[in-house]
Amino acid sequence: MIHSLDSVIRQHAFFNELDEHHIQFIVGCAKNVRFDTNHYIFREGDDADQFFFILEGLVSVELMVPTKGSVTVQTVGEGDVFGWSWLAPPYRWHFDARTMRKTHALAFDGKCLRAKCEEDHDLGYEILKRFANVAVERLDATRLQLLDLYGAHV
Amino acid sequence: MAAESIEIGKDLTIEAKHLGQVLTAIAKQGYELVGPTVREGAIVYDRLNSVDDLPRGWTDEQSPGKYRLNRRKDQAFFGYNSGPHTWKRFLHSPLQCLWKCKKNGNAFQIIEETPEARKCAFIGARPCELHAIAKLDKIFTGGTYVDPHYKARRENVFVVCANCTQAGGTCFCASMKTGPKAASGYDLALTEVLEGEDHYFVVSVGSERGAEVMVAIPHRDASEKDHETVDRIIAETASHMGRRLDTTGLKELLYRNADSAYWDNVAKRCMTCANCTMVCPTCFCTTVEDVTDLAGDQAERWRRWDSCFAMDFSYIHGGSVRMTAKSRYRQWMTHKLAAWVDQFGEFGCVGCGRCITWCPAGIDITEEASAIRNSEPVAVGAR
Amino acid sequence: MAHTFELPIIEAPVMLDPMMPVPYRIERVKRETNDTFTLGLMPANGVGVTSFGPGQFNMLYIFGVGEVPISISSDPRSCPALEHTTRVVGPVTKAMGGLKRGDVIGIRGPFGSRWPVTEEMGRDFVIVTGGIGLAPLRPALYQLMAQREKYRKIVLLYGARTPQDILYRRELEHWRGKFDLEIQVTVDRGGGNWRGNVGVVTTLISRAPFDPSETVALVCGPEVMMRFAVMELQKRGVRSPKIFVSMERNMKCAVGFCGHCQYGPAFICKDGPVFSFDRIEPIFGKAEI
Repeated sequence: MIHSLDSVIRQHAFFNELDEHHIQFIVGCAKNVRFDTNHYIFREGDDADQFFFILEGLVSVELMVPTKGSVTVQTVGEGDVFGWSWLAPPYRWHFDARTMRKTHALAFDGKCLRAKCEEDHDLGYEILKRFANVAVERLDATRLQLLDLYGAHV
Repeated sequence: MAAESIEIGKDLTIEAKHLGQVLTAIAKQGYELVGPTVREGAIVYDRLNSVDDLPRGWTDEQSPGKYRLNRRKDQAFFGYNSGPHTWKRFLHSPLQCLWKCKKNGNAFQIIEETPEARKCAFIGARPCELHAIAKLDKIFTGGTYVDPHYKARRENVFVVCANCTQAGGTCFCASMKTGPKAASGYDLALTEVLEGEDHYFVVSVGSERGAEVMVAIPHRDASEKDHETVDRIIAETASHMGRRLDTTGLKELLYRNADSAYWDNVAKRCMTCANCTMVCPTCFCTTVEDVTDLAGDQAERWRRWDSCFAMDFSYIHGGSVRMTAKSRYRQWMTHKLAAWVDQFGEFGCVGCGRCITWCPAGIDITEEASAIRNSEPVAVGAR
Repeated sequence: MAHTFELPIIEAPVMLDPMMPVPYRIERVKRETNDTFTLGLMPANGVGVTSFGPGQFNMLYIFGVGEVPISISSDPRSCPALEHTTRVVGPVTKAMGGLKRGDVIGIRGPFGSRWPVTEEMGRDFVIVTGGIGLAPLRPALYQLMAQREKYRKIVLLYGARTPQDILYRRELEHWRGKFDLEIQVTVDRGGGNWRGNVGVVTTLISRAPFDPSETVALVCGPEVMMRFAVMELQKRGVRSPKIFVSMERNMKCAVGFCGHCQYGPAFICKDGPVFSFDRIEPIFGKAEI
C-alpha cells in the first residue's frame, strides 16, 4: 500500500522536485481513500484538516443557496489537487464537496502537515508555492467562468 | 511640323496656348474631361468644359489644418498642389448601387447593377495621385476578386498628368518616392515651364492614345535645353518639400510600437472626424447598406464610402473592437504605413499631404511618425 | 521582436459569384437552444456551392434586412446542401431566426481559410471549443471521422454555458460511440441533472489525453476563451505553428474590398478566419487591434 502511494506521489508534478525527506514526510501523511457516488467528502463549516489529490473520478464543489438548492460552482477531476482551507485560519471548509461518480483519491493529513510546516519552513515554502500555483489556476478559471463568455451580448 | 506618328516615350514641347487644343482633342475621342477647377474657395475636381475652367493663375497655401487659395503673379495652369478631392471618387464611387432585388413569393430575384463604363479623362493628375491610382488598381483589380465597377471605370480613363513644378506646404512625395515627376501610369504627362516670356509644356507621351492625341497638336521635339529645364524644375521642387517622412524601417517601427504611450498623445488631439480618410487618395474602406421600399417588395444593396474612424466600423457582438480614438488613429496610421506593406508590398501613403491640410486638429502624419521614432531609446531600431 | 506577417496564399476558391447572392431554400429549421438554430439549405435554382473546406464561411443574405458572415457547419461531402448554425445576436440573425421551411435566403461564398484537416494526417487532433464555436468545427469533425484511420488520437473539449446549450448532442454521442473520439464536455453553470464537469473548458486541456509533440490543436470560441486555451496548450508543449484559431471581426463584403475585417495586416475574410497561431501571435490579445 505504502509503495503504491509512494510512487504515485513521487511521479506527480505537484510533488516534483521536493527533497527526499520532505517527500517521505508527505507520504507518511497520505492515505488512499475511495468514495462512492454522491458522497459528501466534506461540508461547508466542517473542520478543514485535509487536502485531496484526485486519482480518478469527479467531485463537485458546491454551495447550498436558499431557494436554489445545491449549486455546483466547479468540478474537479483526475489530476486535480483540491482543498486549501486547511492552510488558513479558521481552518474550515467554505464549500461542500460531493462526488459525482466513484472517486479514488489520496487524502493528506493537513493538520499534521501544518504543524510540520511551522517547524520546517523549507517544507512550508515548498507547499505554499505549490498551493499558490493551484490557487492562481483556479482563480483564472473562475474569472473566465464569471465572464459568462457564451452569454448574450445585447 | 506635326509628325505623322509619335513614338511612345517621346518628349514633345508645346506652347501653353495650345493646351486647350489638347483638351479638345481628348474630348473628341469621347472622353468626358474632369479636372481641377476653382469652386467655393478650393480647387476641386469637376467636369471641365474647356481649358478656361482650369485654375489658371491660382495657387494654394497649405499647412496643418489650413488651406487657402491665393492669386499667383503669373498665369500658370497648374501652379497649385492638391485639393480636397482625389481621383478615387471617379473610380471608386462614394455611392454605388450593387444590385436590386425583387421579391417573388417566398423567393427573390437579384438583378446586378451594370458597371458603368463611361470614358473619362483625368486632367492634371499629379504623380503622387498616379501612384495612388495604381495602389487602388492593385486592390480592386489585382487580387483574387475583381470589383467590376472599378474595373469598368478604370479601363476607360485617359490620364493627363501634370508633374509638380512647386512643392506644397504639406507635400512629401519625395520621401515616398512618388514624385514630383511621374515615371509611368499616364497617357500624357505635362511639365509646365513658365520662365520670363516663355510659357510652354514639355509633354511625355506615355501611350498610343496619348500619341494619337498629340499628332494633331502643334509641337516640336523636346530639346536638350527643355530636358535640362524640366530636370532643374523637378529637382528644385523635390528639394522644397513641405514635409519629410523617414521611411527607414517604418513598418517595423509602427508594429513595434503598437503599445506605445505615444498614441495617447495623438488621441488627445484626434476628433475621429474622418476627414483624413475622406481626402486620402488611397483610403478605400466602404460599407454596405441594404434597403427596401415601404411595401417590402423591392430591395437594393448600396455600397458607400466608410472610414475606420467611425465608431461602429469594427462593431461585432454588441460592441466595437476599436472603441477609443487612440485605437482608431493607430489603426489608420499603422495600416497606411505598415500593414499596407504586408498586404500589398508597398506603402499605402503617397505623400500628398491632404490628411495634414484637412485635419481640423492639424495632426501631421509625418510628425507623428517622427515622434514615435524619437520616443524609442536610441539602441532600438534604425534612426 | 520579428514582425513578419507571412500571410498564406489561399488557393482560388470554388464558388458562386462572390458579389451576388444566390438563392438557397430553407429545407429544415432546427431549434438547437433558446437562442441558437440551424438552417438546412438547398440551392433554390439548382446552382449552389459545389465544395467548401471546414472553417470556411458564407455571407447569408436575408431579403431586405441585410447580410451576415456565418460559418458553414455541415458535412463538406453533402454539398450543395448546406447547414448553418446561427446564434441570434442582432437584427439580421434575429430575422433569420424567424424564417420557416420554404423561405429563401441569398448565399455568397464560400470564403476564407480552412482548418488544416487534410494537411495534417497522422497527427493527434485536439479540438477546443466553446459556445457556438463548435459550429465552425463541425465540418472538421466530419472530415476527421470520414478518414478516421488517417489520424491518431482525436480529442474534443467542448464548453457550453449550461447543459441546455450543448449543441449537436445526439451527433456527439453517436461519434463518441462509433468512432474513436474522446469527448469531454463542461458547462459554466451546471444545474438540474447535470452530472458532468462544471468549469471553463480551458481547465480540461492540462489533462486531456494527447501527445503535445504530435498534436494539431483547433481552437474556436470567444476570443478570451481562445486566449486562455492557447496558453494552456502552449503550457503543455503544443507549438504555435500547430495551434489554429478562428478569428472574427466586422465584415461587410467578404472579398477584401471593404476593409472592415482587418486584423493587423490580415483580412479575416481572405487571410483567415482560420490562422495558425504563430502568424498572429504578435498581435493576438493586444487591446483594440
